[in-house]
Amino acid sequence: MDIFLQQIINGLVQGSIYALVALGYTMVYGIMGLINFAHGEVVMIGTLVTITVTGTLIKAGMPVALAGLAGVSVSVLVCIALGWGLERIAYRPLRGAPRLTPLITAIGMSIVLQNLAMIVWGRNYMTFPAFLPKIDYEFAGANFTAVQIVIVLVSAATMGGLLLLVYRTKLGMAMRATAQNPAVASLMGVNINRVIAAAFIIGSALGAVAGVMVGSYYEIAHYQMGFMLGLKAFTAAVLGGIGNLGGAMAGGILLGLIEALGAGYIGDLTGGFLGSHYQDIFAFIVLIGVLMFRPSGLFGEKTGDRA
Amino acid sequence: MKKWLNPRSAFGIALIAAALIALPFVAAMGGQAWVRILNFAILYVFLALGLNIVVGFAGLLDLGYIAFYAVGAYVYALLASPHFGLHWPFWVILPIGAMVACFFGVLLGSPTLKLRGDYLAIVTLGFGEIVRIFLNNLNAPINVTNGAQGITLIDPVAIGGFKFSSSTQILGVSLSGPQKYYYLLVVLAILVILINLRLQNSRIGRAWQAIREDEIAAKAIGINTRNIKLLAFAMGASFGGVAGGIFSAMQGFVSPESFSLIESIMILAMVVLGGMGHIPGVILGAVLLSILPEALRYGVGPIQMALFGKMLVDPESLRMLIFGLALVLVMRFKPAGLWPSPERKRELQGDA
Repeated sequence: MDIFLQQIINGLVQGSIYALVALGYTMVYGIMGLINFAHGEVVMIGTLVTITVTGTLIKAGMPVALAGLAGVSVSVLVCIALGWGLERIAYRPLRGAPRLTPLITAIGMSIVLQNLAMIVWGRNYMTFPAFLPKIDYEFAGANFTAVQIVIVLVSAATMGGLLLLVYRTKLGMAMRATAQNPAVASLMGVNINRVIAAAFIIGSALGAVAGVMVGSYYEIAHYQMGFMLGLKAFTAAVLGGIGNLGGAMAGGILLGLIEALGAGYIGDLTGGFLGSHYQDIFAFIVLIGVLMFRPSGLFGEKTGDRA
Repeated sequence: MKKWLNPRSAFGIALIAAALIALPFVAAMGGQAWVRILNFAILYVFLALGLNIVVGFAGLLDLGYIAFYAVGAYVYALLASPHFGLHWPFWVILPIGAMVACFFGVLLGSPTLKLRGDYLAIVTLGFGEIVRIFLNNLNAPINVTNGAQGITLIDPVAIGGFKFSSSTQILGVSLSGPQKYYYLLVVLAILVILINLRLQNSRIGRAWQAIREDEIAAKAIGINTRNIKLLAFAMGASFGGVAGGIFSAMQGFVSPESFSLIESIMILAMVVLGGMGHIPGVILGAVLLSILPEALRYGVGPIQMALFGKMLVDPESLRMLIFGLALVLVMRFKPAGLWPSPERKRELQGDA
């Protein structure tokens, strides 16, 4: 039983991270129908920027908490600039092009960002500075750390903030309107370009936060970490119903739980034939399963022929 | 057939044939490495043409194509290496590899028949990753794939006593291993190109095109869209399987590393950059994207040394950087590809 609880906790933490990244995918997809393949790379750059800034400031003698805060802020700003730049340079000129065109561009940008990161930060794994005290708690035989609590709380707070923004502000209304029908929204005086830019900016900021979380959770980071994370987050978004904010959050948490429980029990279930190193497979099996039986996702509305 | 007989075409064909025969000797002047690069270029032509059936003809966006290449390569590796102690001849294994890959193609195709566009892309990508994860981990408890270490000492292609791996003298001309493989590959490539050309203008090819343009309309006029789509996946996969087998024999070594997602993307990029659905364009794309990066690998280092006196940037990452940028730029300025088919170009100018 304690393994069960332990895996639930691990799944929740991982799921909170997936959810934040998934929001970036789902917002962009909801508004412009584009899979922003480069989003995972934005998250990765968020992590690496935090490492560099925080690490440098700590070395310069700044208190750890302050350095961490500075690192996170700089990383959010860099990611916002990156997301905005991506939209401006790569995707905006392609609006109205056949669907394959922006998809390939997104893949291209993902490759570009990954290799730029490699040139800047090198091939090696980097250690993430610990800016939270290492405290372990125990609950009914399961262990969890302060970092895990903070991740879940920050993630919940960020998502709450996003929901407020989308459902209580004018910008949010404009975003929802654009997602419904860009042409009509534009006729109603919504500045489509600004809305799309906002979706990229907000998604990237969330991505940066998620990047910091991944970094502090695993304590290492690497220039290739973004792609798989992005894929899984996209899976989470599809699982919840792409374009649906609540769906992305639920899908993220659910995927985290499926992965954690799957990795925990796959050995027992298959009599030791498959082990926990098959963890990465669950996301893809879930993805294929969802798309086969319920392409609109768990919480998505049934849409017509999408694609 | 009249067109083939006119002297200008005949001259053109003769010229191309002469160039193809001479090419490995020209390349060998830069070292055997260049002959190998040439061979890989032809292998990529195979792969790109196979993917072109799925993406270009039938309009099914497949991001997991490398999985079939991997299947073909592993089938060859398992049946012709000391790993299981089997040493079957290559003309037995190659069709088996194609058939197993074909089976995997149907396996991937059948659950995804309802999906199109982005969703299909993502699912196929997931499929490719699943295959790679299994290749990476199927070394315990029963050692099937030997895990991340891969399989070594794979038998080279041999017909009777004629081995393709070592150099021989033929009519007083010395041919190296890679050069012999080159001729084998060229013959196979011509075969593949002919099959593709015939397919494109066949009933099946037309049906694929109809599905690509409007699936519902295709269904309405009586095309069995399910079977025709499965056929596209199966045929594309079989080409991938054959290419994989040859890769395996040529390298003498396979490991999961060769079948990563980036390879799938690379092949898709060849198809798209060249001109989706247009066979000459796809060939151009495959040749360009497989040779240019190699040229860059050799060029970037020395140029940096000359300019800055030291290596500032790792040539490998610079190569991928340029590749990514090329994808973005071509999509921006030539979305139909470098050499689109005339009709495709017309379509893209309208609302697609």
